[in-house]
Amino acid sequence: MFDIERWQEIFETLSKNKLQTFLTGLSVASGIFILVILLGFSTGIQNGVTAEFEQDATSKITVWTRRTTKEYKGLNPGRYIQLKNSDYNDIKNEYAELIEYESANYMLWNAQVNFENESKNYRVYGVLPDYQFIENSDLGSGRYVNETDIDNATKVAVIGNKVKLDLFKDQDPIGKGISIYGINFKVIGVYFDPGGEDEESQVFIPLTTAQKSFNGNNRLNNLSFTVKMPKKFKEGVAISQYVSQAIETNLKELHMVHPEDMSAIRIQNNLDEAEKIYSLVDAIKLIFWFVGIGTIIAGVVGVGNIMLIIVKERTKEIGIRKALGAQPMSIVGMILQESVFVTMFAGLFGLVLGLTLLEFVGPLIENDFIKYPQVDFNTALTTVFILVIAGAAAGFVPAYRAAKIKPIIALRDE
Amino acid sequence: MGSNSLHVLKGINFNVKEGEMVSIMGSSGSGKSTLLNILGILDEADSGSYILDGVPIKNLTEKVAANYRNKFLGFIFQSFNLINYKTALDNVAMPLYYQGMKRKERIEKAEYYLEKVGLSPWSHHLPSELSGGQKQRVAIARALASDPKVLLADEPTGALDSKTSQEVMELIQGINDEGKTILMVTHEHDIAQMTKRIVHLKDGVIIDDAPVKQVRASIYV
Repeated sequence: MFDIERWQEIFETLSKNKLQTFLTGLSVASGIFILVILLGFSTGIQNGVTAEFEQDATSKITVWTRRTTKEYKGLNPGRYIQLKNSDYNDIKNEYAELIEYESANYMLWNAQVNFENESKNYRVYGVLPDYQFIENSDLGSGRYVNETDIDNATKVAVIGNKVKLDLFKDQDPIGKGISIYGINFKVIGVYFDPGGEDEESQVFIPLTTAQKSFNGNNRLNNLSFTVKMPKKFKEGVAISQYVSQAIETNLKELHMVHPEDMSAIRIQNNLDEAEKIYSLVDAIKLIFWFVGIGTIIAGVVGVGNIMLIIVKERTKEIGIRKALGAQPMSIVGMILQESVFVTMFAGLFGLVLGLTLLEFVGPLIENDFIKYPQVDFNTALTTVFILVIAGAAAGFVPAYRAAKIKPIIALRDE
Repeated sequence: MGSNSLHVLKGINFNVKEGEMVSIMGSSGSGKSTLLNILGILDEADSGSYILDGVPIKNLTEKVAANYRNKFLGFIFQSFNLINYKTALDNVAMPLYYQGMKRKERIEKAEYYLEKVGLSPWSHHLPSELSGGQKQRVAIARALASDPKVLLADEPTGALDSKTSQEVMELIQGINDEGKTILMVTHEHDIAQMTKRIVHLKDGVIIDDAPVKQVRASIYV
């Protein structure tokens, strides 16, 4: 392998077949290039999708209600189902051991929020302390709503970073007063959210305060939970499906909704959605590998082809070598090394080109579903490994042929 | 190549002693090249035995055959059969490469043999930069490099003009003088006269096998 003479021979023979070598190298290089780009983008899609789900906790289950569409037990369709504090408490107690975080929410869709002379409309949520984790909010400064706030119905607010930028500009909002529909609140925290600007243009206040101050009584707009995630994703999906199903059945019974009324009680199960998308991503990944490997195979067949030509052209030389005492194995080794070298070199070239492109173009891609397309070190190693195998496979048939060359036939004068 | 088998040699029985210089003559199709190929372990006889330096050559694996060719035999061909992208020196060093000799050592040895055939100044030339006679001398140096017991030459002067032929023959005679056994296929009478024994083949059998009075090539030069 490290024999200088062997390498000299390889370069000499390859340079005698410049065009074929170049074309073959090109097909292998483009094969690897395409594979790397495809794999990079499949990682990008995975990153993008993961980021989409990170807006909220992955195992989030949201419950909300609408009007009934089916007549049931003498009750007319079109009846609005109103969630109440008691619904929340029932569910919370029933599934306590499966649930990780829970919150009941009372919402003001488009509330006017003022700070000094600045005024703008935002969604205002009355929430419980766990809501921070359900929403995946990151506190930039200050604190979130806590149990004391809930118990005392204090008039405090946690504002999103966008709200802060809109109303406070460069000022530090902590401890300052804002008003919501004319009622004064004290800002206690500013949060960031992976969901971006939209999710950061909201204001959170204690649920009890919201219900008292804005005419909510014991009404709720929605309930949100997250289930405790076991180690295995699949088990988590099963638990989450079970809980969503059970909550739906429970609420339908409580509110006298027809069991087949799909509209009155709505439940969104993030994990279920996540599983669908992740399996889609897996399928895309599989297809990308399939296409990429197919392209490589085409390149490898090209290498095999050129090696056959080279062996044919060198029949006489191989005959001479054998007459001079070359072992069949040394001939096989020579041809194999040559073909592994061509595939390796061309392949690494394609790999580097692909990685470079991903490195420089990847960050420029602005798409919600593709983020940071990249190929990790292990995948790059795998492709190199595939290359060596492929090079050896491509060289094997020609090498075997070369080893079978009989010196007398090769040396016969034409 | 037809698929029908053809019996080329039909009973050959002869011995060559160490230090002999034998030419094998015969018209084309007489089987002389086949005989030389069998002697060179490039081909195997369907029946009969061939004993080289006390070793029976029979049913060898390719690996062993390659080994014997490398150690016992040196080949000289009509069309030289040099590797055209290698320098004269590298061509000569090639059998030594297959013996597993270190590069430095084999280059030294190859230089010694090139010197012996008078081509030291040409050691770094490619075969395409050499004349026919020079190419054949490189081939002879290559055949000698592994210090074989027997030198097999297939029409060594077939592609050379008569003056160059005589120079090459002079060289081969010199090698024989040093004690190497030489078998040579030729169809030129004056070349055959420069060996010590002529075997005539016709239709696969020996029709004549007689020693000759050797004509030294040097008288022509």
